[in-house]
Amino acid sequence: MMRHVRLIAVLLAPVLLAVIAPRPAAAMTIDRVVSPGGITIWLVQDHSIPAVDVEFTFRGAGAATEAKGKEGTANLLSDMLLEGAGDLDSQHFQGQVEDLSIELGFNAGFDSMEGSLKSLTENLDTAAGLLHDALTRPRFEASDLARVKTRIQTGLRRSREEPRTIAGETFMATAFPGQPYGRPLRGSVESVEALGADDLREFLRAHLGRDKLIVGAAGDITPEAVARLVDRIFDGVPAQSAAVTIGDTAPRNLGQTIVIERPVPQSIVTFGEAGVKRNDPDFYAATLVNYILGGGGFNSRLTTEVREKRGLAYSVFSYLAPYDHFGLVMGGTATENARVAQSISVLRDVWKKMHDEGPSERELVNAKTYLTGSFPLQFDSTTQIARLLVSIQYDDLGIDYIDRRKDLINRVTVADAKRVAQRLLDPAKLLMVVVGQPAGMTATPADKVNSGGSAPQPRSAAPVPTGRGG
Amino acid sequence: MKLSRRSLRCCWQVIVLAAAVMCAALGAPASAQVFNPETMTLPNGLLVVAIPNHRAPIVTQMVWYKIGAGDEVPGKSGIAHFLEHLMFKGTKAVPPGEFSKIVGRNGGRDNAFTSYDYTAYFQSIARDRLELVMKLESDRMRNLVLNDASVLPERDVILEERRSRIDNNPDARLTEQMQAALYLNSPYHRPIIGWEHEMAQLTTQDAIAWYRRYYTPNNAILIVAGDITMAELKPLAEKYYGPIPSRPVPPRVRPTEPPPEVARRVELKDQRVRQTVWTRLYLAPSYVAGDKQYADALQVLAEIFGGGVTSRLHKSVVIDRPLATSAGAFYDPDAVGLTQFGISAALRPDAKLEDLEGAMNAEIKRLVDGGVTADEVQRAERRLRADVVYARDSLQAGARAIGEAITTGTSIEQVETWPSRIAAVTPEEVTAAARAVFRDEGSVTGVLLPKPSS
Repeated sequence: MMRHVRLIAVLLAPVLLAVIAPRPAAAMTIDRVVSPGGITIWLVQDHSIPAVDVEFTFRGAGAATEAKGKEGTANLLSDMLLEGAGDLDSQHFQGQVEDLSIELGFNAGFDSMEGSLKSLTENLDTAAGLLHDALTRPRFEASDLARVKTRIQTGLRRSREEPRTIAGETFMATAFPGQPYGRPLRGSVESVEALGADDLREFLRAHLGRDKLIVGAAGDITPEAVARLVDRIFDGVPAQSAAVTIGDTAPRNLGQTIVIERPVPQSIVTFGEAGVKRNDPDFYAATLVNYILGGGGFNSRLTTEVREKRGLAYSVFSYLAPYDHFGLVMGGTATENARVAQSISVLRDVWKKMHDEGPSERELVNAKTYLTGSFPLQFDSTTQIARLLVSIQYDDLGIDYIDRRKDLINRVTVADAKRVAQRLLDPAKLLMVVVGQPAGMTATPADKVNSGGSAPQPRSAAPVPTGRGG
Repeated sequence: MKLSRRSLRCCWQVIVLAAAVMCAALGAPASAQVFNPETMTLPNGLLVVAIPNHRAPIVTQMVWYKIGAGDEVPGKSGIAHFLEHLMFKGTKAVPPGEFSKIVGRNGGRDNAFTSYDYTAYFQSIARDRLELVMKLESDRMRNLVLNDASVLPERDVILEERRSRIDNNPDARLTEQMQAALYLNSPYHRPIIGWEHEMAQLTTQDAIAWYRRYYTPNNAILIVAGDITMAELKPLAEKYYGPIPSRPVPPRVRPTEPPPEVARRVELKDQRVRQTVWTRLYLAPSYVAGDKQYADALQVLAEIFGGGVTSRLHKSVVIDRPLATSAGAFYDPDAVGLTQFGISAALRPDAKLEDLEGAMNAEIKRLVDGGVTADEVQRAERRLRADVVYARDSLQAGARAIGEAITTGTSIEQVETWPSRIAAVTPEEVTAAARAVFRDEGSVTGVLLPKPSS
């Protein structure tokens, strides 16, 4: 076969020397399928590999809905759903998953519960059966619950000493004092200790309803088959979930500097202020500004000034973190204790310059070509495609979003970008958390930081917030 | 372990053990006659590989150099990784820092990584921009310009990288000490990123010498994966890489280990440690070094012993006895020199370290004495072979598997025949491999311990 190919190459070479032709980026057809059971599924078929990926999200079924004292329920549930269901105990359930090379998992966020099922086509029926049982007949046996709780609590104790986690959790606790978003996503050692199987069943019944379900699928499956598959998976899942109202909120204590002493040679810095939600009309302008500021790696001002010119850090970045009820623009870096104050001073200057002057025409054009041109790179695997289908539905962007996205980005003007930089990037409002032994740093006095009436101490692992991308 | 030029900021949650278990899965060359690569060699010695995958109109170009931290001379640790950073510092045609900007302006992403046996550079981009990134990558294969103005700030960057990756992490510091203890003579006893005091002394001249010595087409592999055929790739490879002259490259040296005499133990106590973690490394053959006939069987062994929550180790110390919160095994056969087989477990707060260590040792003894069963082997092999299908689902997996294979001294054929070889591994071979590797005198035990703060 190899020789044959080479022969063709020689014959065709003169013609092909010219250039490799572009192909349309959106060579991807999305089928919108409604199952007999009434579930909407977005599907991208790809029969080149005998595997199927189903991604799903229960909107609202996240840690933000947890009652006080029940912190960590969503996260514990995400683990316990894999610990045996129906007739199978934990070892037999997970044994089947492993033996059939099924990838099955749940992930709890603040705003939602995500799930993922990937299987070889030949094992898809069994995989669907396992997931169905996990969602509708989980066992939550006492011994498994105790073991998983110990694992989570041990992880919480570990991350209490992990500088990056401390910085992220302190940021969120300071910005959202007394609110669900200020609490650690995985709960505390104490709150997890108090959770029982009844709490998991209650959360499952109340929040993982089909009215909150969003499904995306990709891979070796037809629309008819995916409809049957999804009905099989979610058969018996409550049609209606409990009403939850979480109001919009905004970060507080902006402009403060918090220093947490830890015996590490390098200080970790996490910083941020109010950003945009995904449905904000300025979202695309903010995305472009962020790319130029610190989202674009080596194409960003932060990396140029902090890393390339001064060698102050290996990593320095910013990103948009849109949540359902607020948005943040966040950043981070890490510099040895002796020089970290200089890093912070430089990044504040970069922040201020972007706030005052906005990006240049040229920077904006470059950011646009990157953000439009790189979008198809995420169509690299069925998992990524299925996740994209879920996130487009989650954000209500429309089934033609992939075609429209380029225009939404290109339509942003320099004036838009300058206005949004002014709106979002106020250097005086940066909430800054430094973990380490930073030299020459002055922290805001503790009595100037509003604890909102409930300072969750000791704190444990809150997530470093990450955006869901645009 | 690989180092990447850019930091990954999403990894905050990954614990040592999860990483270890994942290594077992990824370490196996994820392949089967599935990547179906096409190859050719240019007259200057550059091996060109096309891995067609037409699901999206995108390509990944990777250039792998057969050079890594294992090739460094004593006193210059970290130079391979340092040069990886410096490859972005410009040429006569491309000003410093512009490489990534040009790629970005064209909607592409780029990065690079360094390991003990290779250094690799890659860009992912729309297929009609392939020519552009080939032009850029081939330019820096021979035209890199380095001077103190660009090199010295970058040296501060790699020192910060070391602080981020190693010095701020007790588990990474322990791993570094364990590597140093395991290898008595192999260059693998030095950290890929380098020892801090030597990194701080690296000079522009060191970097230029390294570049001139090893960055040449006959020491490299060009791999393009994605929406491409060899018919399309060949003329571009000839145009951009063809004119680069080859230079003789010194043979790779991996001094062998003396016969190990004694088991070693390394303990690291740190007041930031909140969970005791027990790890053991055994010297092990790779595909090309030591008793290489065991390399396939050891992959099956890693799967049986510690490849998931129904594996022997997990079942024994996590499920049946409440000793650990997690346990696993890892093995990577892709290495020019002797590699390692590792097992690890994280102690439950209410359990005793000596009980956990006793249980881990008992599992090793049970394995060595009693061997593995046909059923266990069959289950493990089925799982490993299914990974192949998933690997085909990613654009980069094939390029990575093939690049890693060739730079560590095996072949594309060996990658492509991996599923059939794994399927042919017998229980007797797995047992024999376990007996060959699990020898106390060839091991290092590492314990990460909390230190009560004063």
